[in-house]
Amino acid sequence: MRKAPVNKIISFSNVDGPGNRTSIFFQGCPFNCRFCHNPETINLCENCGLCVDKCPARALSRDGDGRVRWDPSLCVQCDSCIRVCPHDASPRVRYMTVEEVLHEIRRAAPYIGGITVSGGECTLQNDFLLELFPLVRQMGKTCLLDSNGSFDFEKDPRILAVSDGVMLDVKAVSPAWHEHLIGAKRDTVLKNLDYLLSVGKLQEVRTVILPGRDEENEVTVRYVAGRIGSACGYKIIRYRPFGVREKYQKELGEFTVEEEYAERYAALARSLGASQAYVV
Amino acid sequence: MSDALKIIQDPTLTYRQELVALAHLGESTDDTLRYSDAYYEAKKKGALCDLNEGVMPFRPRYICPDYELLFKKGCAFLELDPPKDLLEAVNVLEIFYCHVPSITTYPVYLGDLDKLLEPFVLREDRAYAKKVLRLFLRNIDKVQTDSFVHADIGPEDTVTGRLLLELTEEMQLAVPNITLRYDPERTSDDFALACVKCMLKTAKPSFANHRMFAKEWGEDYAIASCYNGLKIAGGGYTLPRLRLYECSLDAKDPDDFIARELPRHIDLQLEYMDKRVKFIVEESSFFKTNFLVTEGFVKQENFTGMFGVVGLAECCNHLLGITDNKKGFGMNEQATKLGLRIMDAIEKRVSEHVAPYCDAFDHRYRLHAQVGIDTDGMDDSPGTRIPIGAEPTMLEQLEVNEQFHPYFPTGTGDIFKFEETYIKTPEAVLPIIKGSLARGLRYFSGYLENNDVVRVTGYLVKKSEIEKLRQKKQSLNQVTVFGMGAQDGGHALDRRVQHHEESARQ
Repeated sequence: MRKAPVNKIISFSNVDGPGNRTSIFFQGCPFNCRFCHNPETINLCENCGLCVDKCPARALSRDGDGRVRWDPSLCVQCDSCIRVCPHDASPRVRYMTVEEVLHEIRRAAPYIGGITVSGGECTLQNDFLLELFPLVRQMGKTCLLDSNGSFDFEKDPRILAVSDGVMLDVKAVSPAWHEHLIGAKRDTVLKNLDYLLSVGKLQEVRTVILPGRDEENEVTVRYVAGRIGSACGYKIIRYRPFGVREKYQKELGEFTVEEEYAERYAALARSLGASQAYVV
Repeated sequence: MSDALKIIQDPTLTYRQELVALAHLGESTDDTLRYSDAYYEAKKKGALCDLNEGVMPFRPRYICPDYELLFKKGCAFLELDPPKDLLEAVNVLEIFYCHVPSITTYPVYLGDLDKLLEPFVLREDRAYAKKVLRLFLRNIDKVQTDSFVHADIGPEDTVTGRLLLELTEEMQLAVPNITLRYDPERTSDDFALACVKCMLKTAKPSFANHRMFAKEWGEDYAIASCYNGLKIAGGGYTLPRLRLYECSLDAKDPDDFIARELPRHIDLQLEYMDKRVKFIVEESSFFKTNFLVTEGFVKQENFTGMFGVVGLAECCNHLLGITDNKKGFGMNEQATKLGLRIMDAIEKRVSEHVAPYCDAFDHRYRLHAQVGIDTDGMDDSPGTRIPIGAEPTMLEQLEVNEQFHPYFPTGTGDIFKFEETYIKTPEAVLPIIKGSLARGLRYFSGYLENNDVVRVTGYLVKKSEIEKLRQKKQSLNQVTVFGMGAQDGGHALDRRVQHHEESARQ
């Protein structure tokens, strides 16, 4: 039975696509964004065990094989484990089967328009999603991918064929800044932007506006707005320090970006034709 | 100091509130209506509660006049002709409202305002109609100064309905309470979304499951007071409540409770209701001489008694020895199943009782999940609600509600508090409401976390008005004081917030 590492399932979400949706957050991401607000979803647990003794609720233990085990019934969600983890991982990950994930979706089904898979990076779980999505769509629900664009959708079109759309992050456009901020090249992301637009599967694009990075912000917003026009939504996200690793907070900023500052970029995007640009 | 002196020296009471309090005090000096010793004992223990209805009922608790008849025939007693245009229509209503009695002294049902006024509104220019309706709503807020005053709209989309929503948003008033009668086939998504937006900003309207109510009452039902389902041209005689937690205190275990203590208390409450209903019909003058009756705006046979319950959650948790609410009713299948068993037992026993003067309802009383009062504290949660502070996720809370709401034709409901981002995504709220109503939820209320107008347990208050009372100033709305009590004693405004657990992806 195929299983995927699930960090969290939120039955009702109003921020992960249109309407009310169930969001499934998978563990693991090929990017390492400095502004990542949930860096504990980047890597898989290495079973170093450092977190076990730090758990005040004794929800963590080691099994016979030395693997870290998490007992959700004891967990008090204090986040002590993810704070001490040196690997940007989390012990609170469930390896779930398609049927187990479907069970959660079926419960929420009467109240939702669809599901959104996120992460981490959802496309790392494409084999799992290829099984899950057709079953969800049989229930009359839509399936959206919330992706960082690291996976080349054109190269293997199977996942798009069973999805209703992609919500794509375009975090930076200038090559050097992208590599610095993300730790990876931008080329696949930008290729995906064009490809998804051309096949009508781009649901929305998101860009995080960083404090005081006037030039980098502008380059990115100009590029995206020029590409997408009015074809899809453009979510301008204010950088928030919550959850961001301390060293990167020091570099990028310890305060939330002002609404007016972000609004400038939304207005810029709209002036360039991205009529559905808005700040969150 | 005498009770009367306390009332007239209380700096927080308006003149009208003093008058009501003094009348209540006067009523309490009579002891014509007597009950059994066992009744008084159970009441003293807190297992039965009469909601301070007063010992000498001189009118039914809730009255739902037939306003369509008023518009058709006019009113001889008040010398009102049938209205010919919008101005006359709202004037007729404003006058009539002042003569509709209730337990609160204010009318608890203002009519299906959109349906009533639509023909008049359609004959006017939209801006003019809006101005008239603005003054109408202002009159209601400043004259009918009680949050149990309730107006209904829907199921269909109307110009009047839209105008009322616009004005409700613009005016931010606590009175009147408003309900949308929602029917998936008759209420458009567009109109329902307009209602959601208005609800997020002003805590109203609430959504009533029209199909469920219409099946039980016929199409001519009213949602009155907090969320009471009643028949138009009728109403509710009385509403006492079993405080189920206190009812369970002398029971050895769940079986003993269901076999012995529960039926005993049910019968005592039925005794109270029977005597009270007979008194209202046979002794008081209301059904003999009041113009509402003599002119046919209400008919005695369309009234019933509302059999109220509160504290099901605490009752179940107590009987199962559960001390942590977070592990009890609503989260714990055993406790929730016990709740269903208890409700089945209550429903069966009450439906077996032949009630006096309830002709339109096969001579039966109907169940009501009472919304709680300020003095309940944390002992008895409203109706069958999960205790505040122990609420699970919204999905789980709805799943529990859906199992319990069908028991209560005379009303029940739950309230959901939404975090600020929902104001931008009303389309994320509507499918939740539609889904839950389709699955058996009876009544859905919501509001946004930071509103001034908020829903306390079933009624609306302004947080800014509660602040006035705290500073020993008067609040025009006589319900504000209940809101303050429920906030202090029941933490009623601290309910779980439906929020997005992740901030927008970053």
